[in-house]
Amino acid sequence: MPLDMPMRETLSLLWLQSGGCGGCTMSLLNAEAPDLFSALDSGRIGVLSHPSLSAPDGAGLGDLFRRIRAGEQPLDILCVEGAVLRGPRGSGRFHLMAGSGTPMARIIAESARAARHVVAIGSCAAYGGIAAAGDNVTEACGLAFEGREPGGLLGAGFRSRSGLPVINVAGCSVHPAWVTETLDLLSLGQLGAQDLDEFGRPRFFTGHLVHHGCPRNEYYEYKAAAHAPGQLGCLMENLGCIGTQVHGDCNLRLWNGEGSCVRGGFPCIGCTDPSFGERDYPYLETPKRGGIPLGLPTDMPKAWFVALAALAKAATPERLRRNALAETVSLTPCAGPRKQKK
Amino acid sequence: MSRIVAGPFNRVEGDLEIKLDVEDGTVTAAYVNSPLYRGFEQILPGKAPADALVYAPRICGICSVSQSLAAANALARAQGLTPPPNGAHLQNLILAAENVADHLTHFYMFFMPDFAQGVYADAPWHEEAARFRAMGGPAQREFIPARAAFLHIMGLVAGHWPHTLALQPGGASRAIGRDLQARLSGIVTRLRRFLEGTLFGDTLESFAALPNAATLAQWAGTDGPRQSDSGRFLAFSEALSLEALGRGPDLFLSYGAYAQSGAPAFARGVYRAGAVSALDASAITEDHASSWLIRADGPREPARGLTVPDADAPDAYSWCKAPRLGGVVAETGALARQLVDGHPLLRDLAANGRGNVKSRVIARLIEVARLVPLMERWIWEIRPGDPFCLHAAMPDEARGEGLIEAARGSLGHWLEIRKGRIFNYQIVAPTTWNFSPRDGAGQPGACEQALSGAPVKAGEASPIAVQHIVRSFDPCMVCTVH
Repeated sequence: MPLDMPMRETLSLLWLQSGGCGGCTMSLLNAEAPDLFSALDSGRIGVLSHPSLSAPDGAGLGDLFRRIRAGEQPLDILCVEGAVLRGPRGSGRFHLMAGSGTPMARIIAESARAARHVVAIGSCAAYGGIAAAGDNVTEACGLAFEGREPGGLLGAGFRSRSGLPVINVAGCSVHPAWVTETLDLLSLGQLGAQDLDEFGRPRFFTGHLVHHGCPRNEYYEYKAAAHAPGQLGCLMENLGCIGTQVHGDCNLRLWNGEGSCVRGGFPCIGCTDPSFGERDYPYLETPKRGGIPLGLPTDMPKAWFVALAALAKAATPERLRRNALAETVSLTPCAGPRKQKK
Repeated sequence: MSRIVAGPFNRVEGDLEIKLDVEDGTVTAAYVNSPLYRGFEQILPGKAPADALVYAPRICGICSVSQSLAAANALARAQGLTPPPNGAHLQNLILAAENVADHLTHFYMFFMPDFAQGVYADAPWHEEAARFRAMGGPAQREFIPARAAFLHIMGLVAGHWPHTLALQPGGASRAIGRDLQARLSGIVTRLRRFLEGTLFGDTLESFAALPNAATLAQWAGTDGPRQSDSGRFLAFSEALSLEALGRGPDLFLSYGAYAQSGAPAFARGVYRAGAVSALDASAITEDHASSWLIRADGPREPARGLTVPDADAPDAYSWCKAPRLGGVVAETGALARQLVDGHPLLRDLAANGRGNVKSRVIARLIEVARLVPLMERWIWEIRPGDPFCLHAAMPDEARGEGLIEAARGSLGHWLEIRKGRIFNYQIVAPTTWNFSPRDGAGQPGACEQALSGAPVKAGEASPIAVQHIVRSFDPCMVCTVH
């Protein structure tokens, strides 16, 4: 270790799961450069318990949870994965923690009050997400949000012992590095309230649009649209892609090596957004009015967008027009740069 | 008689509680409770049919591709679509990548760490078992990077994992060429090196060809395998007689795996007492007698299944239903698949016709050794330039079912479309089979049967034998209580 690195204490971390699929943990195991264990070492994070990963079981685990809630075991970071299930009728019986008969909602709330930092892992824990879809029969909500509305389990005014609100590492699933970097920044004392956006998400990954770095950008520029899944064209006009509106660095920081939704041939469905989980039109179709897609880029005047789109459509090169409807490139760009005339 | 409530269990997917009746140091009855309800079957009705591709994978973070493929197959049936060969190969490849990764994750992250627990501190092999310590032991630190590198397959052809939309009713959404075939091939080779160097100490082909229990034991004693992680498992298993632990039911179920391109690579059928018979999927019913669910008119076939929670249902002790095949309890998973497919080693290891802890673990290892060479073949059977995905309109009225094999066993989705919207959507997950509660006839589920007879040492709050048995099924509780 270089001499000027401050010696840091080890931070204790407790990870709880409730109304979710466990996919954020599975994604976390995909972390590379650094891998999960190296990231935890580097952040000096000691895991007290993680439901998928750690050794203790049964009564010992129940006792650990009790000591944390009673303040006997100091807790630096609480991570919660999955939505909080308040049903049926506010009883929390849709998830009683095994071996305890106690609603998980209560265990989460009490642990959150004992923790220095509280981190919601994934859109379910942050906002309710998929767990709250449909008629929300499980009365699912996030830790400090219910969809876009502040509130949730802990209430809009909740601040953890550090003074920070719940840190919402949104996503369905999360990118592993969104989690490891959030934890490491917390450990370094380098994540403050100003580093979170209006939905409590760390700006280091929500300060971008999913559109940034989209490999289909040339099709987008010339409005050369795909009509069916698997085709190469822009997915915004017909196939429901909302990457120009959704916050995330998904196409800058890639997934499982070189992937992202649009690289896999399917649209951005907005999984980092607080409203993710329920919407009033099908996910894989673009709603339109008068032939014009609803939901244009958020910070561009609509009239300009329509005018530019019309112009771009008129100028679409034949190459893009053809490739947009193909599964593999049929026309390649012309050979080399043109010679510059003197 | 005394009663132990075991749980929460770490290193299973989701939450699990088991009540054990214990007499003279032996479990006499077990009651498996899935203490979480999630409600997907209530979320899906009213949605556009294709939205199932968005919701279904999110039933499960560890077998999300399996859920995705079951939904895509159900939609494909409803639309009358059959994926072209390229789409089928990619579907096979993506599913195999998930299943191989899941089997290995189970081995290194969930199952093997039990041998490093303090309860075995006095065992002569305990020092060797420390390699498998949970939360960052040396074996996990070798495995995690190998797993992450292997899952680059998902980044290349499925966008990411978990929760991809790449599996479509008509095939797959990412067409690939020769360059990506070469890349995929290299990624699989990297995993092969890890498996042959660290997990088996031998070639995949040699391990997959082991014909019976005696040659397996001989193999485990030879140089190479003996110093491998499989060899270590076999040594621990021998010391603890894991073959005598966790006897399950005598009926095994497989929907047939990797069937996307015609004949399945692992056969479809039902195995009982040394013989395979055809599977009649219409004989599947779900019983609610011990579930916190509205019961209506008794057990129903999933195509007209009903899932409405009732937290006050009498005599209930789980959110999980009890699926039965012709009224009989069945076990599903890698062991069931390999028994149905006729693998001689597994048939021998389940010699009395029932599964046990050792055979369930070996079945996963055999599957890994068989699947990786199949993946190598499928990659090069793709013909660049040919179509990967076909398309068809969504009918306003239709039914469809998607019966596939996830890592943990048989997964079924039953879909009914009315007026262009999802009218009913029922899901029967592998762990719903294996971890079902008692049915109306009082028959315990597969894991409940396997726990009966488990030894309990004095003072054990979470008996180690129970932990081995539970984890040998690789339960996925989040799927169970979708």
